[in-house]
Amino acid sequence: MGEIVLKQITKSFGDISVIPPLDLTIANGEFVVFVGPSGCGKSTLLRLIAGLEDVSSGTIRIDGKDATALPPAQRGLAMVFQSYALYPHMTVRNNIAFPLKMARLDKAAVDRKVEAAAAVLNLTGYLDRRPGQLSGGQRQRVAIGRAIVREPTAFLFDEPLSNLDAALRVNMRLEISELHASLGTTMIYVTHDQVEAMTMADKIVVLNAGRIEQVGSPIELYSRPRNRFVAGFIGSPRMNFIEGEAARGDGADTIGIRPEHLVLSTDGGRWSGTVSVSEHLGSDTFVYVQVDGIGTLVARAGGEFPVRHGDRVWLTPQAEKLHRFDAAGNALSSLASGKKVA
Amino acid sequence: MATAHSRAAARLTMSPAVLLLLCWMLIPLVMTLYFSFLRYNLLMPGTEEWIGVLNYQYFLTDPAFFAALANTLALVGGVLVLTIAGGIGLALLLDQPFWGQGIVRLLVIAPFFVMPTVSALVWKNMLMNPVNGLFAAIAKGLGLQPFDFLAEAPLSSIILIVTWQWLPFATLILLTALQSLDRERLEAAEMDGAGALDRFIHIILPHLARAMTVVTLIQTIFLLSVFAEILVTTNGGPGTATTNITYLVYAQSLLQFDVGGGSAGGIVAVVLANIVAVFLMRMIGRNLDI
Repeated sequence: MGEIVLKQITKSFGDISVIPPLDLTIANGEFVVFVGPSGCGKSTLLRLIAGLEDVSSGTIRIDGKDATALPPAQRGLAMVFQSYALYPHMTVRNNIAFPLKMARLDKAAVDRKVEAAAAVLNLTGYLDRRPGQLSGGQRQRVAIGRAIVREPTAFLFDEPLSNLDAALRVNMRLEISELHASLGTTMIYVTHDQVEAMTMADKIVVLNAGRIEQVGSPIELYSRPRNRFVAGFIGSPRMNFIEGEAARGDGADTIGIRPEHLVLSTDGGRWSGTVSVSEHLGSDTFVYVQVDGIGTLVARAGGEFPVRHGDRVWLTPQAEKLHRFDAAGNALSSLASGKKVA
Repeated sequence: MATAHSRAAARLTMSPAVLLLLCWMLIPLVMTLYFSFLRYNLLMPGTEEWIGVLNYQYFLTDPAFFAALANTLALVGGVLVLTIAGGIGLALLLDQPFWGQGIVRLLVIAPFFVMPTVSALVWKNMLMNPVNGLFAAIAKGLGLQPFDFLAEAPLSSIILIVTWQWLPFATLILLTALQSLDRERLEAAEMDGAGALDRFIHIILPHLARAMTVVTLIQTIFLLSVFAEILVTTNGGPGTATTNITYLVYAQSLLQFDVGGGSAGGIVAVVLANIVAVFLMRMIGRNLDI
């Protein structure tokens, strides 16, 4: 069904190469998230798959067929855009029906499918309104409705939640995950928000400057980042990196430790420092510690940890959670073997 | 914040300008209205007297009036259809990226800056002239009989000249509207399986609706009073073939020296323009509502 295979694809605009040769296989029914900083080529990659941009070289196979030269409409993919790209002069009903009308379906079938999609997305009461009369979340659902009526082999989402406020974003995130669970269709989702990536994905593709840094499940990326870029990108607050003397003691050029893997103590530990800022959230406490000879480290304590600015604290990394990187930023395996992880 | 005081002050400071504008508008209008009820012929000075609605009766029963009304409508309608259709076509072309886009866009606006008398003269003497004109030369080059545009198809020729003048305006407005169209919307339609024609009909045209209304409104105002092009090319003829209401009013008052009849015609033109305006405003109101 919805298997997508990219083979040695590249994309350049004029002399500027945006995507160097890249291979990627997306299995049927998978929820894949492309994540990376702005300008890393994730949206371009999605548009290449959609057919809105032509690849400079390489092949794209969708569903086993070569789709490299097919126009977007014939690839059987549906896309949800960042701006929703609804048709403002049409009612919600006509917006959702548009792809079906373009496929020259008869009216009864169109009506049936539109009603069904509207029921799934809680839009039944809004079918005769125009997009201008809807809230952001409802517009987003109309855009998704327009995608699902086509029964595509795969859905493409281009940063669909970035125009919504924080509370709505969490809701829509759940709705999209539920939609994926109920439809079981392949979904490719582009975002720069690593929280969205971690919560929704079966498989995350971390991109940087057009290159794939690592592909894996969220937990894989979290616990075994292949290099410093992935380690720093996944996780919030981001991983602490320590260079110099302290790192060489562990046989690496750089060591990384996540805030949640630093044990805070008020009476003793490996590194000592003074608290510069402490954030008390109730469920967690994030403490920014100015460590002597190392710099600022962030540590997380579960629940309330009563420290204030200027207090003296000690930090101890959990040895088995320590990440070690060589000079090029690639991850080294555990202390014992000292070999590079592929 | 507009308090009662500041509103009063605003009214006070605005009133001189409003009064001046009112005088500017009302005095000529009232004088025209007054003349239209007089027998007032420049050939018979001193015989002015009140004749009631007789001027209107003569003007409205004149066969030339109906011809002029039909010509006015044909001129306005014809130019509107041609400029909007041509404007959409040109806007679509100019929206494509090509080398020298900036200079081409500048050149496209150029006809708008040529004054009506000049452009009409150029069309009459250099393009449409059956002996020396460019079109005649082309026809002769192809072994065809040259066509005497202004004698054989006078009204169509004038519609063509006026269209040439107004096409840049329509193109410019429609081009800016086209550029404000969200590219993602077109891409979404493309993904939805809409071909180029479907995208034009279902996405681009509805997006241009508002701009087309604006073009219609503004052009109608100016096209109702087309005069220079007619005076320079055909003098309203042959017969009344190219006489519009504006030209008829001119002929009545300055060629027949009948100021009273001309004034009555002027008032009739004002009433007709207002009827058109009511229709247009309704159309605009509906279109700007979305």
